[in-house]
Amino acid sequence: MPQIFFYLFSALAVAGAIALVSFRNPVSCAMSMVASFVGLAALFIGLNAYFVGIIQILVYAGAIMVLFLFIIMLLDLKAETLRRSRPGAVVAAVAIPLLFIVQLFGVLPQTPQPEPEPLALRDAAEGFRDKSVIKNKLANDTLPDVHLVGLTLFGSKGADHPLPSPGFNFPLQIIGILLLVASVGVTALSRKQHAAEPPGNPSRKSPHP
Amino acid sequence: MSDASLHEFLFVSGLLFAIGLAGVIIRRNIIIIFMSLELMLAAANLTLVAFSRFHPVNGLPDYNGQVLVFFIITVAAAEVAVGLAIIVALYRARQTANIDDLTSMRN
Repeated sequence: MPQIFFYLFSALAVAGAIALVSFRNPVSCAMSMVASFVGLAALFIGLNAYFVGIIQILVYAGAIMVLFLFIIMLLDLKAETLRRSRPGAVVAAVAIPLLFIVQLFGVLPQTPQPEPEPLALRDAAEGFRDKSVIKNKLANDTLPDVHLVGLTLFGSKGADHPLPSPGFNFPLQIIGILLLVASVGVTALSRKQHAAEPPGNPSRKSPHP
Repeated sequence: MSDASLHEFLFVSGLLFAIGLAGVIIRRNIIIIFMSLELMLAAANLTLVAFSRFHPVNGLPDYNGQVLVFFIITVAAAEVAVGLAIIVALYRARQTANIDDLTSMRN
């Protein structure tokens, strides 16, 4: 992606992250989280990952942000008041991320730096089946991002296939079970604690013994 | 105008991760700690997507990395749902979202 857009959107992402950590009002924190995630989604789209970028906006900046705002307003959280200073936590919060950044400066010069080469879409079209959507789009010099993610996710047969992938069907089913278990768990958690008691029980008057 | 390099993307990703880590350590509000955790997950996603783009296979990005990002986003969504339900249950029991007041497991 062109460098000016990279700097623009990464500045948006980093500024949103700093605002998320430093604002006192939880609603402002949720809004700056959205700004940070929109910047990240723009970086994804600049890296030709259109599907992941759109999913980032839909899931994080849409669904998860609404969930956070809903809980903040449900609990009616007030802005954090300044309490007694906790020097230990402040020192740790400055030192540990700073150590991480220093480590990053140490590691990055030693990692190989591949040249940002443009994608060879017309050449990549060669191996795909004739009249397939992927081949048509690649031959027209557009990247069929969603189709290629789907092809990788569900697997492709043939040893000479241009995009060899064993498929991720089993992890996909595990993710399905995980989502089912999570929704059942959330339902069980949000039930009233004393719902099992028979109605008219006098002990209901003191729910917190 | 030249294109942004892999190191720049990795540095932004590490910076976002460090800011999220600082938020987890320094903030006292449990919901904002949770938001910082989400930020750290998203920063890891940026690393995966950057490596997927800069190590092309047959002229296309390496889609295995993007499928991993897809799975991470799914797990993060499930984690947010469960975590927020736990926070609501905790708030019902204790009437606070400040982790300084939630110390019954300390002893």
